[in-house]
Amino acid sequence: MAHFTHISVQTQDFDFAHEYQKLRDSNSSDGALVTFVGLVRDLNLQQAVSGLFLEHYPAMTEKVLNNIVEKARTKWQLGSVSIIHRVGQLQVSEQIVFVGVTSQHRQSAYHGNEFIMDYLKTQAPFWKKETTNQGDKWIAAKASDMEKSKGW
Amino acid sequence: MLKILFFGQLKEVLKTEFLDIEFVYSGEQINSVAKLRSILQAKGDVWDEYLAYGKALVAVNQEMTNDDAVIGDADEIAFFPPVTGG
Repeated sequence: MAHFTHISVQTQDFDFAHEYQKLRDSNSSDGALVTFVGLVRDLNLQQAVSGLFLEHYPAMTEKVLNNIVEKARTKWQLGSVSIIHRVGQLQVSEQIVFVGVTSQHRQSAYHGNEFIMDYLKTQAPFWKKETTNQGDKWIAAKASDMEKSKGW
Repeated sequence: MLKILFFGQLKEVLKTEFLDIEFVYSGEQINSVAKLRSILQAKGDVWDEYLAYGKALVAVNQEMTNDDAVIGDADEIAFFPPVTGG
């Protein structure tokens, strides 16, 4: 039993229960565990979406995710941290991303998890292309995401 | 030799995934991101439009940076649109 940082960029799906259990098993001193899962939704800007293609910059992605975790650890006392991000072709309702964080108390776990997601959205080199009923379309970055990550 | 990479929509509109450029170009070292960006934009058309400052982000050796960044021979420089993961 020891705290860990786990980062994985993968094409295959992940098993939420398994990831949750690994975080629980990593120690018995943390009383809080917060998880976030991002899913492919079927509507974006009024167009029906049937799927999503996720591209990334392999040499850079894990490096950035590690840096984000390191930064979060300087702000809050985090125990174990797990990030899984999928790439490749995904269908509607599939899982895209998992972020799980343990901490002694809930506030650090909530904040740490949210911080990691906010930074991931603006710093990690992933790009989404939607398959819609009007053809494929690259998703534009949202100014609101940029503002949110600046807020920390 | 500089190794230049493009990702996301940029890769598609430029119809280019990567290209190599000699570090000394037209007798001058390409020693900053700003210089490299202007050389690439000079290719015109979509290169000019899509590589514009503010539209294409840049990473040098896999670290996100900006146009002031110094670059050296054999560096890997990537241009890409604002990221949209998560």
